[in-house]
Amino acid sequence: MTHERRPETGNPPRRLSPEEQERFNERVLPHLDAAYNLARYLLRDPHEAEEAVQDAFLRAIRHFDGFRGADGRAWLLSIVRNTCFTQFRRRRSGGEQVEFDEEIHSVEDETSEPEADFTRSIAEQSVREGLGRLAVEFREVLVLRELEGLSYKEIAQVAGVPIGTVMSRLARGRKQLLLALGAGAKEND
Amino acid sequence: MECRDVLDRLSPFVDDELDPVASREISQHLKSCPSCTAALARQRELGESLRRDLEYHRAPDLLRARVMREVRGAERREVAPSRFPALPWRWLSAAAAVAAVVGGTWMVATLPRDRGDEATAREAVSGHIRSLMANHLTDVASTDQHTVKPWFSGKLDFSPPVTDFAGADYPLTGGRLDYLQGHPVAALVYMHRKHVINVFLWPTAGAREQQAAAVTQRGFHVIHGTHAGMAYWVVSDLNAEELASFARMLAASPGRP
Repeated sequence: MTHERRPETGNPPRRLSPEEQERFNERVLPHLDAAYNLARYLLRDPHEAEEAVQDAFLRAIRHFDGFRGADGRAWLLSIVRNTCFTQFRRRRSGGEQVEFDEEIHSVEDETSEPEADFTRSIAEQSVREGLGRLAVEFREVLVLRELEGLSYKEIAQVAGVPIGTVMSRLARGRKQLLLALGAGAKEND
Repeated sequence: MECRDVLDRLSPFVDDELDPVASREISQHLKSCPSCTAALARQRELGESLRRDLEYHRAPDLLRARVMREVRGAERREVAPSRFPALPWRWLSAAAAVAAVVGGTWMVATLPRDRGDEATAREAVSGHIRSLMANHLTDVASTDQHTVKPWFSGKLDFSPPVTDFAGADYPLTGGRLDYLQGHPVAALVYMHRKHVINVFLWPTAGAREQQAAAVTQRGFHVIHGTHAGMAYWVVSDLNAEELASFARMLAASPGRP
């Protein structure tokens, strides 16, 4: 599968000065794993994730003079997520739409104590699957919160939304996941 | 606070992201409400399950190498990736030729030298990149050469020389086992500022003393040579000059056999 080249390639290349490289290596580069992990969960494809991360780093290098704060992770992750969403839109223009459908995915409460061990592996599977079925906006905040341990403020910075939106997306995402896992059936009442 | 309000706020409550007043009110409510307490338990359980069961995808080696090259400005997308190693390797051949004239016989023993070295350099750089992935840098993390050196005994059939250069601002940070050329080798890890330096060591039977040669592979500097029966390969993204001075120190250190 070939994608058209990114818009980034059209811009003149920028080189970091040795001092900038040093700073980049200290503040931004250590978050490569976080960048890739986020891209994997957003795009759900290893190759596209690699492409997005590589692209995101080109952007990060290009805009490094705009980097002021000490928090390289949130800064880098916001570039990564924007790159991923751009990639998404390009893909979506093809028509693929993955949305979480509560009616289809909510299941009866079938978790019961004696079968807990037996159902563990199924549960693991379900958590991954459940997350995979969530709309990307929910997946994003959950990954940033649970796997990166970011604060709401940091997540807001990464996703470019108000903190209140982060809060409600997390709450809704969790609720949908609990429903899908069959544990949240009682939560509505 | 009513159950509905509490349930609505359980998610930020679990994340400890509520203001102290709301947080206290919820705690108060939970003390006397079993159903909300159960809901809280489910929230916590979900979080634990996500953190436990979701895979954390670490960046693949190749991506890491590419990104590091981007940082160095050494690669643009339009450029074919093969461009980069070409020059240094020609340089290596030249260096090998010069060494052959100076050094004499070893050339015969290790023929074809530059081709073998090229493969080893590639492996050494891969080893270096692998080591940069989180938690793969050291098997034994210690700045004490007297801890690192014994750690290798029993794991390798040779005893690598281990010297700390903390005094010169190249502190030893640990060691690990690695594989190069199909056999286990000692990998010593040094730091200089924020740069990681990997030193791969293994004995080379009967090999003559070999002057240090420097190459660049995939954006990393590699210096290698043979000293007192040990082949050493030094890999880092540190600049060439500093790495060369480190290699000189390494080859001259009293700790070496």
